[in-house]
Amino acid sequence: MSEETKALESLIGEDYKYGFTTDVEYEDFPKGISKDIIRELSSRKDEPEWMLEFRLKSYHAWLEMEEPEWFNATYTKPDFENLLYYSAPKNRPSLDSLDDVDPNIRETYNKLGIPLEEQKMLAGVAVDAVFDSVSIFTSFKEKLAEAGVIFCSISEAIKEYPHLVKKYLGSVIPARDNYYAALNSAVFSDGSFCYIPKNTICPMELSTYFRINNMESGQFERTLIIAEEGASVSYLEGCTAPMYDENQLHAAVVELVAMDHAEIKYSTIQNWYSGDENGKGGIYNFVTKRGICKGNHSKISWTQLETGSAVTLKYPSVILQGDHSIGEFYSVAVTTKKQQADTGTKMIHLGKNTRSTIISKGISAGESNNSYRGEVKIGKKAIGSKNYSVCDSMLIGQTCGAHTFPYISSENASSSVEHEATTSRVGEEQIFYLMQRGISEQNAISMIINGFVKDVLKELPLEFAVEANKLLDVKLEGSVG
Amino acid sequence: MLEIRDLHAVVEGEDLKILKGVNLIVNKGEVHAIMGPNGSGKSTLSKVVSGHPEYEVTEGIILFEGEDITEMDADERAHLGLFLAFQYPVEVPGITNKTLLREAYNTIARANKREELDPLEFEDYLVSKLDIIEMKDEFLNRSINTGFSGGEKKKNEIFQMAVLNPRLSFLDETDSGLDIDALKVVSNGVNKISSPENAIVMITHYQRLLNYIKPDLVHVMMNGKIVKSGDISLAEELEANGYDQMQKKLA
Repeated sequence: MSEETKALESLIGEDYKYGFTTDVEYEDFPKGISKDIIRELSSRKDEPEWMLEFRLKSYHAWLEMEEPEWFNATYTKPDFENLLYYSAPKNRPSLDSLDDVDPNIRETYNKLGIPLEEQKMLAGVAVDAVFDSVSIFTSFKEKLAEAGVIFCSISEAIKEYPHLVKKYLGSVIPARDNYYAALNSAVFSDGSFCYIPKNTICPMELSTYFRINNMESGQFERTLIIAEEGASVSYLEGCTAPMYDENQLHAAVVELVAMDHAEIKYSTIQNWYSGDENGKGGIYNFVTKRGICKGNHSKISWTQLETGSAVTLKYPSVILQGDHSIGEFYSVAVTTKKQQADTGTKMIHLGKNTRSTIISKGISAGESNNSYRGEVKIGKKAIGSKNYSVCDSMLIGQTCGAHTFPYISSENASSSVEHEATTSRVGEEQIFYLMQRGISEQNAISMIINGFVKDVLKELPLEFAVEANKLLDVKLEGSVG
Repeated sequence: MLEIRDLHAVVEGEDLKILKGVNLIVNKGEVHAIMGPNGSGKSTLSKVVSGHPEYEVTEGIILFEGEDITEMDADERAHLGLFLAFQYPVEVPGITNKTLLREAYNTIARANKREELDPLEFEDYLVSKLDIIEMKDEFLNRSINTGFSGGEKKKNEIFQMAVLNPRLSFLDETDSGLDIDALKVVSNGVNKISSPENAIVMITHYQRLLNYIKPDLVHVMMNGKIVKSGDISLAEELEANGYDQMQKKLA
C-alpha cells in the first residue's frame, strides 16, 4: 500500500469521537419480546386500546415473517430475546425550560456540540430531543401552535390527536411491509409527529436528535409527518451514539404524507458508532423510510449523509401517486474500516407526468463495503414520467468494495429513465496535482472528497450543511502519515 | 537557481532505472528546452524535480536556491517557488479553478510569510491574469479541468502558472495536442510570464514550440541522461536529422 493510500485511510478511519456514555438512571423493564411485554410497554406509556391492538397485530405479523437476507452485507443477527424494548430516563418530568433538563443529559448534548441552547433558538429551530426512548424536551411548541403546526412526540400525538394518528400511522408503511417495519410497529418506543395544516408553511426547520444510550436497548423510533394541501415543511434528523461493544439494533420507521401541492424535505445526518478496527460492535441501522406524494403537484425530497453504523440497510423511497408529483433522493454514504452499507432508494411512479431524481455518492475506504441499491418503477398509467439517476462511487485504497444494483422497469413508452454510474479511485495523480500547487496532502484529500459530494451536500438546509461539513472534516481529519 | 547533480531515479518499488545520472544547472532569467525521444526520461525528470511520490531518487541531489530538496514533499517544493505545468492536467470534479487557486495562492503566501488575499482581493487579482491566456472569467468557476478540451487544459496550466508566479517552472510537453492558434496563445502567455527574476524549463518533442518561446539553452536527453547541450542550433539540427542520427553520432 502506498503512503498516500495509508494516509487516506488514516484520515478516513478517524476514531469515533462521540464514544462516551451518560450516567442516567433507567427504569427497570424486562428483556425480550412477547405479547405480555408489548402489553406492559403499552400500559406504561398509558396508550389507548386501539394502539395496543395495532402493536399486537404487528407483533403477530412479525412472528410470521422471515428475517431478510437479500442485501449485500453479512452480520450476526440480533438476538431479539435479549433486547430491551423499553427504556426511559427515570425522572421524567414535564419541562418548562432547559434548566429542568437532567444536567448529565445536557452535558451529553454539549459534548456532541448539539446546539440545543439559545443559539439554535435564535436560529429559529425547534428541537424535539429524543433521549433514549422518551421525549424529554420540546421547545418552540407554542410558536408552532400559533401557525397551527403540530410538532410533538408520537406518544403525545397518540393521546392528543388520535384521529390523525389512526388515519396515517402504517398507511405508507404497513406493519407487514417488511420484517423490521413489523417489529417497529409492534414495539416502537417514541419518535416525532408532525402535522402541517392546509396552506401553511412551517415557520421553522424542525429537527430531532436521536441518541442511543442504554446498553442493549433496542431503539425503535417512529416518525410520522403529514403535510396537508399547499403545506410545506423541512425536517432535520441527526444522530450520534456512544461507543459500545454490544451490537445495537436501530429499526426506525419514518412515514411521510404529502397532499396536493404540499412539500416535505427530510434531511438526515447519521453518525452512529460503526464498530472498531476489527468490526466489533457498532450499530445495526435497519430503517424503513417512505413517503407518499398523495396529492397532485406534491414533492418529497430525501437527503442523507450516512457516515456511521456497522451495518446500514436503508432505502428512503417515494411513491409518486399524484399527477405531476416529484420525488428526490440525494445521498452520501461513507464507509470505513469494516462498515457495510446497502442503501439507496425506490421511486415508484404511479401518477402522470411524475418526476424523480436520484443522486447517490458512495465513498468506501478500509475494508468496508458500500452498495447502492435503487429501484425505479414506472407504472402503466404514469405516462410522461421521467427519472434521472446518477450513482457515483469513490474508492480509497485497494481493500474496499463498491457495488451498484439498479432495478429499472417502465411499463409505458412515453416515459424515460436515465441512469448513469461511475466508479473512481481517489488518485495519487489528483493528490499530487493539488500538492504541486502548494496544497497540503490533508487539504488535497479533503478538497477531492468535498468536490465529490458537493452535489448532495448543497441540498441540505443551510444549518445542516455546516454540521455536515464538520462531520466530514471529523471523518477526514487526522495525521497525515 | 536549480542544480541537479548526478540524479538517478527509479519507479518506487521497481528496479527499472529511468534517470541514470542527470546533471543540469538552470540560472535565474534563463529559458531552457529539454528535447528527446519518447521514453528518454524527460517527463520523469520534471516529476522527480517536483516531488512526485511515484519515483524514488536512488542517487544524486537536487538543489533549489542552494537548498537540498531531494526528499521534500511536493507541496513544500511548491512553497519554494517550483511549478510544474502537467503534460496531462488532472480533473478534480466539484472544486472550481478559483477555489483551487485561492487555496494554493494563500497557502504559498502563508508559507513565505507574505500577506494572504481575501476573497475580494483575490478575485481582482485572478481577473487581472485572465488576459495572459485570453480566457473569459467564467473559466474561473468551472471545476478543475473537468470537461475541458485538451487546449483548455493546457491553457489552464499556464493560467495557474501566471497566478502562482513561481520562480522556476517546468512545462511538460505543454505544446502537445495544441492547434496552431492555441499554441500561439499559450506561448504568448509563457513569454509574458517569463522575466529576469524567474526561470523556465520546457520539455518538448518538437522544435516548433521553440519558434515561439526562444530558449537560451537546449539539452538533448536520451536513455535517462542529458547527452548534449547547446544553443538553439542544436534544436534545428535535431529537427533536420532526427534523434537516431544524433545517437549514432554520439556513439
